[in-house]
Amino acid sequence: MSRRKLSVVLAQVALLVIVFGGWQLFTSLKIVDPFFYGQPSGIVRKIGTWIQHGTGFGSIWVQISTTLEEAVFGFLIGVAAGVIAGVLLGQFRFLSDVLSPYIKAVNALPRIVLGALFIIILGLGIESKIVLAAFLVFFVVFFNAYQGVREVDGNLVNNARILGASRVQVIRNVVIPSAMTWIIASLHVAFGFAVIGAIVGEVLGAQHGLGVIITDSQNNFDANGIFAGMLIIGVIALVAEWLISLLERRLLAWRPQTATEAAGL
Amino acid sequence: MRSNTSHDYRIELSAVTKRFSTPGGTAFTALRDVTMTVEPGRFCAVVGPSGCGKSTTLTLVAGLDRPSEGSVRVGGRPVDGIARSTSFMFQTDALLPWKTVLGNVAMGPLFHGVPKKTALTDAREWLRLVGLAGFENHHPHQLSGGMRKRVSLAAALINEPSVLLMDEPFGALDVQTKAIMSNELLMLWDQTQPSVIFVTHDLEEAIALADQVVVMTAAPGTVKAVFDIDLPRPRGAVQEIRFGKRFTDLHHEIWESLRDEVERAYARTAAPASAPAGPAVPTVSIEEVRS
Repeated sequence: MSRRKLSVVLAQVALLVIVFGGWQLFTSLKIVDPFFYGQPSGIVRKIGTWIQHGTGFGSIWVQISTTLEEAVFGFLIGVAAGVIAGVLLGQFRFLSDVLSPYIKAVNALPRIVLGALFIIILGLGIESKIVLAAFLVFFVVFFNAYQGVREVDGNLVNNARILGASRVQVIRNVVIPSAMTWIIASLHVAFGFAVIGAIVGEVLGAQHGLGVIITDSQNNFDANGIFAGMLIIGVIALVAEWLISLLERRLLAWRPQTATEAAGL
Repeated sequence: MRSNTSHDYRIELSAVTKRFSTPGGTAFTALRDVTMTVEPGRFCAVVGPSGCGKSTTLTLVAGLDRPSEGSVRVGGRPVDGIARSTSFMFQTDALLPWKTVLGNVAMGPLFHGVPKKTALTDAREWLRLVGLAGFENHHPHQLSGGMRKRVSLAAALINEPSVLLMDEPFGALDVQTKAIMSNELLMLWDQTQPSVIFVTHDLEEAIALADQVVVMTAAPGTVKAVFDIDLPRPRGAVQEIRFGKRFTDLHHEIWESLRDEVERAYARTAAPASAPAGPAVPTVSIEEVRS
């Protein structure tokens, strides 16, 4: 490890210690009220309790897997629908001219509210959360896929056409790979939206899930429970982010090595 | 080597006019009343100042665009879309960056439904012909500009075109690489004998390669003059023939015709205060005037 890198890591650890140590210290000294603001040791204890004795709604693993299932299915459905719609509208001018004002209008609405509607329609099970997550993911991916398709180099398309490519072959060999950079970039944000969709859906009404135990903690004035739920969701999001980066590296392996924009933040 | 048995791919443009509508709503005439013929299997170079519609001419012959007036015929039939017998080499890189070199060259046959194994074998053979054996699994960005042009050339020729259209294909290359590529192009053309339209702004390149040089006027583009290049074939090294007597005579003669157009195009783009374009020296390439 180079000197510079070492000092960066040391500074990062120091920052972590200062923030959490300070939090722990000030709440222990009652300068900050741990009842409202929680306490790192309390959060750790809370997670320990959940793992050992379960939550009020069953094992913590059931809550995690429920939320994960909703987020992942919502993510996959939303991404698939977003890519298909983006490619279709990007390729067929008539379609995009007809639909674009409506898509913009729907995008301007606070879509998260539809979660309430989905629960009325689909009930308290995971389906309503999957649909809400997919709905949020769709728009993020759609706009990127659409933009990516519109930005395809006309020369590449013409070259493929002259070499004999049919419309479908052009889409498969030129348009989609070219838009892939844009689509992949949207996936990082999109998974975050999938998790938000799942959690909000659970908060609005569900039997299991991390959103349910967070709402329960709120009802019991348990700040540590809220933080603990948040922490678990954060870990899930980080793992998902890592997996998406792996996928990105694999799908965009053809790119020159200098492209390290993801490494920045 | 392959050879085209169908030697009837004459390219004929008669009274072709092409207008584009500008964003401002006015019409811009890129080509006006262009009439020219390229005999089957002949190599025709088109020179002219920047913006004279050289590239537009190629897109019309390729079937990527339609003329506003007049007719474009290839092999006696009106061009009404992209034809299998036509290949096009673009000015900028048109290789797919996400495909390997081999994948890029094999695209043509694969699009036409040739079995994958045959297509890949053919692509390997073509890469060997352009001197890129061993680079099959590289990606385009790992190659130099000259090597990428060879890949483009292989990708264009693997479809065994009867008509080969080239839009300043070597414009971005350095002089040495350009000379090497020109030699290789002549060798491959000699083996496959497609009818060629080669657009360039480099008059030396045009004379060295072509049977016929067409000079176009500044916008709107129209044919100003056609010169037959009677230099014997095979021409040999492009770097050497340009010092021959006949070559310099032809160069002088064609440059006389081209110079007015270049100066006119230059006067349009240059600021009024700048010095007038002095007596042009033939070696000042038109590249300077571009953009």
